[in-house]
Amino acid sequence: MADGHSLALDETGMTVPAENSGTKRLHVMIMIAIALALLAAPFFVYPVFIMKCLCFALFALAFNLLLGYGGLLSFGHAAYFGMASYVSAYGAASWKLPPELAILSGVAVATLLGAAFGALAIRRQGIYFAMITLALAQMVYFFSLQTPEFTGGEDGIQGFSRGFLLGIIDLASDRNLYWVVAAIFMASLLGVYRIVHSPFGEVCKAIRDNEPRAISLGYSVNRYKLTIFVLSAALAGLAGAVKAIVFQLATLTDVHWSMSGEAVLMTLVGGVGTIFGPIVGSFVIVAMQNYLAGLGGWVTVVQGAIFVVCVLTFRDGIIGALAKLIRKPL
Amino acid sequence: MKPDIVLLASGLTKQFGGFTAVGGVDLQVRRGSIHALIGPNGAGKTTCFNLLTKFLIPTSGTILFNGKDITRDNASEIARKGLVRSFQISAVFPKLTVQNNVRIALQRKGGDSFDFWRSSSVLRKLDGQVEQLLEAVGLSSFRHILAGELSYGRKRALEIATTLALDPEMMLLDEPMAGMGREDVERIASLIRRVSAGRTILMVEHNLSVVSSLCDRITVLARGKVLAEGDYATVSGNPLVVEAYIGTGGSHGH
Repeated sequence: MADGHSLALDETGMTVPAENSGTKRLHVMIMIAIALALLAAPFFVYPVFIMKCLCFALFALAFNLLLGYGGLLSFGHAAYFGMASYVSAYGAASWKLPPELAILSGVAVATLLGAAFGALAIRRQGIYFAMITLALAQMVYFFSLQTPEFTGGEDGIQGFSRGFLLGIIDLASDRNLYWVVAAIFMASLLGVYRIVHSPFGEVCKAIRDNEPRAISLGYSVNRYKLTIFVLSAALAGLAGAVKAIVFQLATLTDVHWSMSGEAVLMTLVGGVGTIFGPIVGSFVIVAMQNYLAGLGGWVTVVQGAIFVVCVLTFRDGIIGALAKLIRKPL
Repeated sequence: MKPDIVLLASGLTKQFGGFTAVGGVDLQVRRGSIHALIGPNGAGKTTCFNLLTKFLIPTSGTILFNGKDITRDNASEIARKGLVRSFQISAVFPKLTVQNNVRIALQRKGGDSFDFWRSSSVLRKLDGQVEQLLEAVGLSSFRHILAGELSYGRKRALEIATTLALDPEMMLLDEPMAGMGREDVERIASLIRRVSAGRTILMVEHNLSVVSSLCDRITVLARGKVLAEGDYATVSGNPLVVEAYIGTGGSHGH
């Protein structure tokens, strides 16, 4: 084919452009829009509500990093979220750690836990991988249940003070805390974007698409899988740790398997494998839980129904469907 | 001085439970040759191929590549040593662009594949090489298309470009013509002939007319054993080979 002719086959379905410079500009604009929305939001909406959304959005971003870009479906992300929540709450309550150190220690523990669990889980694929992550997360749940001196058992750890960030900013004020949480969220979002669009991210996407081929090109795929697993666990830990400081609360709910389910739900509703999908998904789910709280136990039923409708009608999620519509990755 | 035999397998055996898929196969692939592995369905070609590329662990036997024992290496290690395989079912990364499919192969040698904190724009330095490789297989105008949207024949061409990106000393092609129309078969055959310059190729292939025109040496497998070996004339004249093909339900040639 030195003479430049290509294979004489059909030309159908060849019009979808992938990433190009226009896509990059669109992404920059969306990032700026999100930043502006974060700046304006506390003047219109109750800050604690937005902070709750942002914590779950972080959690969903972490889950989606692993599933959407690493192709690994974890059913145990509650372990990292919940354990980081406990550790930072415990640090703030018992050791009187300043909030930044409490959060960092939570993230550190989640990272270590992710490294240990990831090393075990990546040895298997598909449903077996998911089952191992779930089983390990259940072990963390029962550990939390059995060690009330650390976790506070059924009561959890609560009623501690949020403290002063860097010793100066009083986080007892919701408004102050909001700016901190918004900054953490924005930085994490940019971080995830960078990971996905890094040389490492390119390899992860290749492994997700076709693992045997990546092996045959000479990649040691397990090292990439473990790295993205640990990055995802660390980010899930950050979500849990920030949540603990915001609500001054860490309970068994945070490590329960249904918390892992929330991450799956939010990501699927928003759009798996999209940058912005998990954020939209978490706002939708948290808003729904908030505004439908009057329905009591029926919230779960409504949530389940939405999930089913989502999977049946637009499998790519809200943002995934939108991306198809405008023919650009989001 | 590198040995004349680039790939040497001796006594290669693979058992699945009680079933012997490959039993004591000896194979010598000469440097710079295009060597074909043929045989009727169930002869153990694909198993043999997977053993040579380390996607299966042999029950017994040894494999030497350039005189070095690679029997215990894993699949990604041998790829880094210059022994790169293709797959029977077209092996592209469907959700990456055509351009990025090739770039992934080039990227590994750069040593920055774990850099998650850098922008992938550092990979632009590879664009020139990517372009050359796409040019070579006639896919330049498809560079921004997602690989999953390419037609079957173009996926195979892309796969060859990706394999070539590693500049492997030896390429192992698993049925490169499977499922192709005649026109594509000719194009891929001429592509293989062109890329064989300066390297060794071992291919599993059903299409006997392709094998006859393309390959220097042919090894015929039947029931997990080597039945015959030699150039096309020798092999096709061998009564055992004729019998093996007819005896298992007809010719696979055209």
